[in-house]
Amino acid sequence: MSDTTRPSTVTLTIDGREVTVPRGTTILKASESLGTRIPHYCYHDGLSSPAMCRLCLVEVEGAPKPLPSCVTQAADGQVVHTDSGLARTMREGVLEFYLVNHPLDCPICDQSGECKLQDYVHAEGRAHGRSREPKRVFGRDDFGGDVLFYGDRCVMCTRCVRFMNEVEKDPRLTVVERGNRSVIDTFFDDGLDGTKWSGNIVDICPVGALVSKDFLYKQRAWDLDHTPSICTGCSQGCNIALHTRDNLVQRLKPRTNLEVNAFWMCDYGRHDYEWMNRGDRLEAPVVRSGGRGTAVGWAEALEALSDRLDELGDAPVRAVVSPRACNEELAAVRALVDHLGGGVVEYRLRVAPDEDVLEGMPFVARRRELAPNHRGAELVGAARVGGDDGRGGLDEAGDHGGVLLVVGDEVADQPADFGAQADLYVYVGTHGSAATEAAHVVLPATTFAEHEGTFTNRDGRVQRFWPALQAPGAARPAWMVLRALLARRTGGEVPTTAAEAFALAAAEIAPFGDLDYPGIGTRGVVVDAPAALAGD
Amino acid sequence: MAYPYVSDREVRILSTHFGDPKARTLEGAVANGRYSVFRKAVEMGPDAVIDTVKSSGLRGRGGAGFPTGVKWSFMPKDSGKPHYLCCNADESEPGTFKDRELIRWDPHQLIEGCLIAAYAIRAQHAYIYCRGEFFEASSVLARAVEEAYAKGYVGADIQGTGVDIDVTVHVGAGAYICGEETALMNSLEGRRGQPRVKPPFPAAVGLFNMPTTINNVETLSAVPHIVEHGGDWYRQWGTEKSPGTKLFCVSGHVNKPGNYELPLGFPLGELIDDVCGGVRDGHTLKAVIPGGSSVPILAASECESCTLDYEGVVSAGSMLGCASVIVMDETTDIVKQVHRMAYFYAHESCGQCTPCREGTAWVTKILKRIVDGRGTEEDLDTLVEVTTRMTGTTICVLSDSVAAPVKSSITKFRDDYLALIRRGERVGVA
Repeated sequence: MSDTTRPSTVTLTIDGREVTVPRGTTILKASESLGTRIPHYCYHDGLSSPAMCRLCLVEVEGAPKPLPSCVTQAADGQVVHTDSGLARTMREGVLEFYLVNHPLDCPICDQSGECKLQDYVHAEGRAHGRSREPKRVFGRDDFGGDVLFYGDRCVMCTRCVRFMNEVEKDPRLTVVERGNRSVIDTFFDDGLDGTKWSGNIVDICPVGALVSKDFLYKQRAWDLDHTPSICTGCSQGCNIALHTRDNLVQRLKPRTNLEVNAFWMCDYGRHDYEWMNRGDRLEAPVVRSGGRGTAVGWAEALEALSDRLDELGDAPVRAVVSPRACNEELAAVRALVDHLGGGVVEYRLRVAPDEDVLEGMPFVARRRELAPNHRGAELVGAARVGGDDGRGGLDEAGDHGGVLLVVGDEVADQPADFGAQADLYVYVGTHGSAATEAAHVVLPATTFAEHEGTFTNRDGRVQRFWPALQAPGAARPAWMVLRALLARRTGGEVPTTAAEAFALAAAEIAPFGDLDYPGIGTRGVVVDAPAALAGD
Repeated sequence: MAYPYVSDREVRILSTHFGDPKARTLEGAVANGRYSVFRKAVEMGPDAVIDTVKSSGLRGRGGAGFPTGVKWSFMPKDSGKPHYLCCNADESEPGTFKDRELIRWDPHQLIEGCLIAAYAIRAQHAYIYCRGEFFEASSVLARAVEEAYAKGYVGADIQGTGVDIDVTVHVGAGAYICGEETALMNSLEGRRGQPRVKPPFPAAVGLFNMPTTINNVETLSAVPHIVEHGGDWYRQWGTEKSPGTKLFCVSGHVNKPGNYELPLGFPLGELIDDVCGGVRDGHTLKAVIPGGSSVPILAASECESCTLDYEGVVSAGSMLGCASVIVMDETTDIVKQVHRMAYFYAHESCGQCTPCREGTAWVTKILKRIVDGRGTEEDLDTLVEVTTRMTGTTICVLSDSVAAPVKSSITKFRDDYLALIRRGERVGVA
């Protein structure tokens, strides 16, 4: 009778197919393991299950009533029908109930195209509704933060209420009234103002009841391309997707990764995308001679640079990198510095005074280190300089007399005479600043949204991101630029793919060992060398 | 002649002291033998009390009719957790007014029932959850509990038996749904009054997530009598499957409406014609709702053979529910009545489950349109299909409760609907 003697799995039949699942698995999850998605609203993997939307009802042989599959545990010998006449009728019925009051304003609804009510009704709903009665009207409410509430569209799944109660643990939302007068509402006047994670309720709202003010009427969901990526807001490394159209990032959405960010991302990260769309980019290599910069082609620029390095012989080298650069770029800088005889590599990092921890899921937080790859910088032996505001600390670099290499850091806080003492000042970056004006060679690079690469998050997890935007003009990934320069001087192949660049990086960054680039996949891999990650 | 109306057909056990203001006081109650059975129960021990109640065949008087002793036996014996007893005094079913009278006239009978039940299920705390509108009843009960505490009939070391049981009277805020047992528990805990998903059942995870038994006022009021006289004594009334007596709340178009305590299995026809003095003069019976507004309506022709026990009413096509008999004569506009009931349920739906939240309101709107003479025959098909999809698809049965009268009235009184639809005018003078 004790649990230890019971088998740890159960075997049941779903739609005529037998499946064995761990004891305690719900029918909904067991069914998903067979590839059958049972429609649902109130159930969410990251929240409690109130079993109230009644959309996931399935027929279980022997049960007197249809059972909610989201809370009913699979049992040995159970025979479940998700697609029988009864199950389909129940779903059709529930969907019709939703449409009694749900407005058919899809043409002006932001959720249109990614709306679960649209999807389900299209798949299994009635062709014509039978309700002739006037619909209930609640109107629109500003919930504060980035969230706008369209009460009429709400399907009362209460995911938003449960997210605020259970995950953010800041109960700002509630259901008021009852019956079909029930409506989600905020307490008093503050609403969601001041919350740090409430953007997630827009994601988990299955319909267009909660929409983002930032995204409102900006794009149609079906026009957006989704590119898997990593949030660059802090060192947590939340898995995200860049939603793009017209070569612009339109919004960021979290991507599920149970080991990093689960289903969530913070509001800082969510709204940290406009810089990716900046127009004032460096678009062509510039070689300065006699105080005058000339835009040239890549071959010419690299030749001029290589020749100048030859002239300078073994002049001391110093490099400034950015913790926002990917592992491949950082490794390429390290390789170049080593090739030129070795020297100081330093980076600056903005550090927030506090973490913003997601209370209900404390392993997820907006971390203090406000860059995605300070671990990567540490791994290539770069030293942190400057203050917690990410400024200063470059006095020595600014006055460096030999070869000064600045990659990825705009050094916007530095004076115009930054690098004036250098025999050769090379700047590789996306945007220029007063302090990069004097660089002898300026090489245009791409942002992480435009190239492929990897970041190493605070836990030593190496995660891939993919290009979502076209690079402007002649801009190229910094890793490609630097490796091309190296190849010109030492022979060898120029990496043309991120996989090749990663292989070169892995050869130089010991903890990466023999990490297989495709094997990192979309979820990342924790590098197995905690000692090498000694830092904070 | 006492209490509004009495009948010599009655078997007054629970209602013996209805109409006697002295029975409300602790002195009067003790003189009536209240609190003496508790001592007997303690002598018997909890398991023997449960066995006695099991042997009496007492069934829950709140509507579902689940055997009380069996329910008590579901409580874990050695859980190591606090156990709770809840008394459901949130009597809100339209047409029902028995619990109110039991509390008003004989509160100590209920308190003793709570003590015995709590003792049997090994609970140290009993909560009596009163309906929000029970202003008089709840104050009578609160006063009775206070008196009982003062004299050591409730609280620590009750009557020197060494048993500690606290009794708390809690008044709800007036929501029908809080009469549903798990919604009641949520409400007691200070949450929204919304039914919980079952399983887990209250005996495993109930009030404050502890093992809990919840019983109706009438059920608990019967317990002292059963424990005092034994299960066989109780079985002398009623039928094999529905033993004992039951309070019938008769309202509507009869000459003597009121509460009547009768043996289960009593013929419905005799209840109306004999006990209640018949349908009001000059009128004929049209329909009866035998168990409160949430059960199917019986047409006059179905009433003749119907006996008032749990099985008898089911075989007549309805349910005994909480035995609230609503009698309607030929002047009744059935459609209007059904609309009024549907409106009630739409108003009281907690709004969790989609079929109920949307369905109750939708059905009400359709019925309103029909009552207003703007209905179509198609609406009747829609009503039947919609209410079918509201049956058995939700967490609790509120949704089924609106489906039952709507469906049964369309089946049995289709002409009334059609008359409204075709002529665009009302039937009857309601």
